[in-house]
Amino acid sequence: MGTAATAHSMIQHAGSPTGIWSWITTTDHKRIGILYGVSAFVFFLVGGLEALIMRAQLMKADNTLVSAEAFNQLFTMHGTTMIFLAVMPLSAAFFNFVVPLQIGARDVAFPRLNAFSYWVFLLGALFLNSSFIFGAAPNGGWFGYANLTSAQYSPGMNIDFWALGLQILGIASLAAGFNFIATIINMRAPGMKMMRMPIFTWMTLVTQILVVTAFPVITVALVFLTFDRLFGTNFYNVAAGGDVLLWQHLFWLFGHPEVYIIILPTMGIVSEVLPTFSRKPLFGYAVVVYSGCLIGIIGWGVWSHHMFAVGLGPIADTYFSGMTMLIAIPTGVKIFNWIATMWGGQVRYTTSMLFAIGFVAMFIIGGISGVMHSAATSDLQQTDTYFVVAHFHYVLFGGAVMGLFAGIYYWWPKIFGRLLSEPLGKVHFWMMAIGSMVTFFPMHWIGMLGMPRRVYTYSAELGLESSNFAATIGSFIIGLSMLLFVFNIIRSVRRGPIAGRNPWGAATLEWATSSPPPVYNFSILPEVHSLHPLWTEGGVNAIPDEPPGPVHVPGGSYWPLVTAIGVIIFFLAPLLHMLWPALVGGALTVFAAFNWAFEPFEM
Amino acid sequence: MLLVLTITGCQGPFPQSTFEPVTSFGESASQLFWMIFWFAVVVFVLVEGALLFAIIRYRARPDGPEPKQIHGHTALEIAWTLAPAWIVALIAVPAIEAIWEEAAPAAEGALVIQVTGHQWWWEYRYPEYGVITANELHLPVGRPVELQMTSADVIHSWWLPRFGGKRDLMAGRTNRLVFTPDSVGEFTGQCAEFCGVSHANMRMRATVTTQGEFDSWVASQTAEPTPLDSLTDLQRRGHELFMTARQPASNSCLACHAISGRSFGVLGPNLTHVGARSTLAGGLIPNDAENLASWLRDPSAIKPGTDMLKGDGSAVGMPTVGLTEDEITALAAYLQSLR
Repeated sequence: MGTAATAHSMIQHAGSPTGIWSWITTTDHKRIGILYGVSAFVFFLVGGLEALIMRAQLMKADNTLVSAEAFNQLFTMHGTTMIFLAVMPLSAAFFNFVVPLQIGARDVAFPRLNAFSYWVFLLGALFLNSSFIFGAAPNGGWFGYANLTSAQYSPGMNIDFWALGLQILGIASLAAGFNFIATIINMRAPGMKMMRMPIFTWMTLVTQILVVTAFPVITVALVFLTFDRLFGTNFYNVAAGGDVLLWQHLFWLFGHPEVYIIILPTMGIVSEVLPTFSRKPLFGYAVVVYSGCLIGIIGWGVWSHHMFAVGLGPIADTYFSGMTMLIAIPTGVKIFNWIATMWGGQVRYTTSMLFAIGFVAMFIIGGISGVMHSAATSDLQQTDTYFVVAHFHYVLFGGAVMGLFAGIYYWWPKIFGRLLSEPLGKVHFWMMAIGSMVTFFPMHWIGMLGMPRRVYTYSAELGLESSNFAATIGSFIIGLSMLLFVFNIIRSVRRGPIAGRNPWGAATLEWATSSPPPVYNFSILPEVHSLHPLWTEGGVNAIPDEPPGPVHVPGGSYWPLVTAIGVIIFFLAPLLHMLWPALVGGALTVFAAFNWAFEPFEM
Repeated sequence: MLLVLTITGCQGPFPQSTFEPVTSFGESASQLFWMIFWFAVVVFVLVEGALLFAIIRYRARPDGPEPKQIHGHTALEIAWTLAPAWIVALIAVPAIEAIWEEAAPAAEGALVIQVTGHQWWWEYRYPEYGVITANELHLPVGRPVELQMTSADVIHSWWLPRFGGKRDLMAGRTNRLVFTPDSVGEFTGQCAEFCGVSHANMRMRATVTTQGEFDSWVASQTAEPTPLDSLTDLQRRGHELFMTARQPASNSCLACHAISGRSFGVLGPNLTHVGARSTLAGGLIPNDAENLASWLRDPSAIKPGTDMLKGDGSAVGMPTVGLTEDEITALAAYLQSLR
């Protein structure tokens, strides 16, 4: 990075190349962020549609709208899609767009690796969803418990699509994880010490450390599974001395950090939004940072609370009960700090703020029901029932998704330079909040009154028809709220009011440059003297509209896409049980990576 | 929210409610739940109350003063770290006590029952009495029970909500669940671990009776089936069909089902006293002539997935054998005679 012009430098002024090719070859973190956001939102709608079909099926007892097999595919793909194709990449959209701006960098550390991450993610997501075309969508649950996923009990291609698709997505997540760790550690603007980093950047850092440590674990589990299915190894084959519990330990050892991979970024978003619209700094910044780190650490020690019904014995159950209760403490501390941030402030009810407050309110409910699960003996009644479905939807939908919408409404004007409609946004918020409560609150007692999860039908004798009906109504209210949101974004892109640099009067660096930011982000590099550069006199130097001289930014490249295509072709080999895709895909990957490595340093 | 609660929550009855336990084990889970629940209510009201207060009291007003730029408060941070720590400690003590209580071995003289999960039905064996049955558990009231559980195929989870918590059944492992039923009655439950296509159809039933009624049930279950020469012609024709070898072999009844002294299959439920059971097909439908006929005609229409094949080519469950209506009538008559 530097401002010195060389013969090979990209010189950019206002305006940037347009057209599809410029998007395919882009290495600009802002464009990649937008690509992530648009793709993730489309998959979010797909996953939501899957949920609506399930809710329509469960609207009445003994319903026959969809078959058992179709329902099992729907809940498997709903979970997998929402976690890996919607919420994680939506967070990635913000990592990409916001983090380099927040730390005053021109781009991420490895711009082409960043493009590679995106393309692998997109192609992996399409790989996974292409299973619908073959009528072989994954059907073993997002948790894919062995030995139901073995070639013996799931002989079709369904599980192959799932196991291989997740391995592909893991490559994208890992590459992005290392990229952002390197970016945040190395590329902060002068004066931005670690403890001057915006809280969203901090939570991104913690999240990416979790990503690069947790994803290898599921990769190992998935490789074992693929080897069992493809080569007849016996990792999970009890008859040959394998162990079905090995999968559960590996999966949840990844799966619980994964929960925090999903929630920590939105905790970061909310920690940006609440201070901005309370006109007060985040209360206890250092404590919020440390509690985020602590959650990241303790999150590694609670995995078997998903497995209380497995019968691990009282010592394991005691340990995991205790650790799970312990993690409530840093989480509670965060909530108290958020409330204290608003306390004594000037709380402006913008749409973004409403979503952030909604996040806190819903997350409290999900957090409390989480503590209820920590008592192993009573969890034996709750686990694998709708009570759990209620719990994690309060955390992941009322929590993470609401937080992501807070981020969308907050950063939208920065990303596109135009404001979203506030009145429409507020209607969207209230519909989504009410819809969520009507959908997910009844699930608490649906579970406690004896309805297990993952059932395509239930007996009318359970007495739960009206509760399920209410939940279905709620889910359709959420569905309608999304249509309203889509209308809002289309309207904003066409004729939203121009936002200006800092429409919310926020404190962090991304608001110091124009909206949308130029390709080089900052005309001159910021020098930071404060945790709240834009709220402090002399917190940052003035950033003029035009750079004083040529600015060096990374050029475009199609090699990341070609490399990603090579990776996908490689993964067709285990799917189709053929050798040639491995050879072709492997060769293409190596060839493209070689060209990538020796690409001249210019556009 | 209250509205939804009143509309949907106050009906009933709820036969699988965890709030009405009928065993010692269920009682301890329920007590723990309510203890934590009231803590949860208090925390919920206080925290959501503080949130609401903050956003209403400190809403932005026109010409509102610039808020005081407070960055934190160490004493407050310590206080609200200790407060949840203290609550968690209060919950942890009884929670951990309950874990060890539940893990205690069954009392001397407990009724041991071996449970095996199959896609998608339950096999129960009473080694003490030599009884083998399916889907319907019979227990005497007041006697401690120890279920020893394993799976013949994928993971299942045995859950009878009014008896207490669930426990997973896994191939290659034996899990235990200990409880003492304290009321007589009929109770229902179902599999709680996703186990394939018909997971939702893997239901179960338990009948808790007085010791006397239980003893007579055991006596009837250990009796030999009606001798062949006392069967009607139709029933005897059913017996012959049952014993007929078919192609493929998995289409033969006797390949999978045992009838004491006559056939020895172990893959499907033991049918020695199938006529005495109240339900069919994994507790899914009442056991009557009509349902039995539909089941024999096309099992997968009632329990989807039974006709699928495993990786090694063997059938998951009962195949559609392709019986004629006359054969179905005869077989149903024979099976109903096995009481």
